[in-house]
Amino acid sequence: MTTQPDAATLDLLASKALMVRLETLRLSRIAGAGHYSGTFSAAELLAALYYHQLRIDPRRPDWPDRDRFVLSKGHAAIGLYPILADLGYFDSSLLDSYTRLGSAFGDHPDMRKVPGIDFSSGSLGHGLSIGLGMALAARVASRDYRVYVVVGDGELAEGQIWEAAMAAGHFRTGRLVCLVDRNQLGIDGPTEEIMTAEPIEARFSAFGWSCQRINGHDLTSVLAAFADLRPDDIGPPQLIVADTVKGQGVARMENDLKWHVGNLGPDDYEEVRRELVGGSDRDR
Amino acid sequence: MSSSAGATVTAEGPSSGPAGLDQSEVFRGDSRARSSAKGIAPRSVPAFVAGDELADLADHDARVVVLTADLASSNRLNDFQARHPERFFNMGIAEKNMISVAAGLASAGLMPFVGTFASFAALLGYEQIRTDCAYPRMPVRVLAHHSGMSLGYYGTSHHALEDLAAMRAVADLTVACAADANQLRAMLRASLDLAGTLYLRLGRGRDPEVYADVPSGFRFGEAVRLRDGGDATIIATGSQVHPSLGAAALLAGRGLDVGVIDMATVKPLDVDAVRDAATTGVIVTVEEHSVIGGLGGAVAEAVADLRLPVALLRHGVHDEYVEIGPPAALYAHYRLDEPGIADVVSQFVDALT
Repeated sequence: MTTQPDAATLDLLASKALMVRLETLRLSRIAGAGHYSGTFSAAELLAALYYHQLRIDPRRPDWPDRDRFVLSKGHAAIGLYPILADLGYFDSSLLDSYTRLGSAFGDHPDMRKVPGIDFSSGSLGHGLSIGLGMALAARVASRDYRVYVVVGDGELAEGQIWEAAMAAGHFRTGRLVCLVDRNQLGIDGPTEEIMTAEPIEARFSAFGWSCQRINGHDLTSVLAAFADLRPDDIGPPQLIVADTVKGQGVARMENDLKWHVGNLGPDDYEEVRRELVGGSDRDR
Repeated sequence: MSSSAGATVTAEGPSSGPAGLDQSEVFRGDSRARSSAKGIAPRSVPAFVAGDELADLADHDARVVVLTADLASSNRLNDFQARHPERFFNMGIAEKNMISVAAGLASAGLMPFVGTFASFAALLGYEQIRTDCAYPRMPVRVLAHHSGMSLGYYGTSHHALEDLAAMRAVADLTVACAADANQLRAMLRASLDLAGTLYLRLGRGRDPEVYADVPSGFRFGEAVRLRDGGDATIIATGSQVHPSLGAAALLAGRGLDVGVIDMATVKPLDVDAVRDAATTGVIVTVEEHSVIGGLGGAVAEAVADLRLPVALLRHGVHDEYVEIGPPAALYAHYRLDEPGIADVVSQFVDALT
């Protein structure tokens, strides 16, 4: 049933993923530090969600029937703000205030300050519960929106994730979609050394979820996974484990722990910027 | 008339599970009881009425949904479940998830009422109440029942003597305590028009009647003067309103004229009521809570901020874990029953003169 996405779609999404990375560089420079690598690992997922998958209308951020998006790994907000600006939720010049006193844009997103943010996040482990609540609300109100929650792999150590996973399986909230940014690394090292995350699909399956596992940087695979999502309200909640590379796109950051939060100096900034733009050109 | 602890937990223990709700005690003498799907739902006797009231509200307000954590038969939210099963969610024994789910429900336009023991709602779910409910100003209503030491010999794990202090520190959170079933109904009705998150502290469902009818003019943030008195003023909240009234009556017999204020809303505090109480020269706060950070703390802050010339005593639990014992015995031990409160007040007044 999956149709091959056309080249124009893939080009558009790749360009948006590049925008996410370049804007992450720029905003981190304003802040003096940034969550680079865990944002880069999610760049294709965010681009594919916002420019292909989500049923949204930036002119109506409170549209009751919109799909919901919860960035449970809130520290990747630096990559989400530029998408919301690009889509027109707010003027992109506002991003220049990123993290400065009184700004709407902090390291973690605040739904009361940023149009387009469906829920505030930052404390890991909460987002799947929030998404479950949104999905149950759709059932109560007979709405057909979907809820997409992006969680980190280190975040899977949070007990509340499993409370939510258990409850979603129990209530069979088929329109709840959890995407795991499986970039393999926490702050202190590989997740499997800090706290074992695998087998992720087996764990969720045991709680009644249906599961897919894909390459989270291959946009064709991401779109195929989206296309395979079932539309039913009542049914297994749906998990997509996206295998990713922490720091994807910047050689010095890939799989290097120190870029979870880091700061590029001025010279390095230009070098990394050229690498990202050049890498993107080469990929085409 | 005995104190609020008059209905004791029997030696054999509560007959209806961890709630400590002995059904025969609860429903004794209730001639106006009416049946519901799960038994008898008393409309005006001391018992949990939240499920019944919320079911009525839900008949007219599509936003109302109810969640609990495997305690529906304890907190009587099964009365709601019976009438609105599609708007009731039993989330199992997973309080953190339950509160965050409520926040997600609220973000989509619903008004979730979340019921569980105060100890678990406030202490286990504290970060979820703060980060997922109050901070994004979600209209979640936390029904924190069996607060204080009302679970008696269940012990410290099931007591909540810190919850008001914890909740008061959270911005954009309304904190209130219901004195009885009628006030609880009034609070639930008023909550439909309340912006932001509400932490509503309840007793164990046996609270003797303070208000003969559902008070019509209830507003969050407004204290209620229940008794005038020129020698001193008791400011009480929740379960301690009723015994404070009894204590004032006892003290009247001893020649001490003591007023009583029901500070139903602990945050935002009715500072005008505190100012008014200070005119008697003596304030005693009474709460089934630690004297740190709860009603007494709030009143002390107001007295300091307003530079009120008043002698203030904070009565409650003094920075300790309470003993094991049936609730009635505990209330007597900690002087939170009528004679105890009367003694605390009269001794304080005597010491001043």
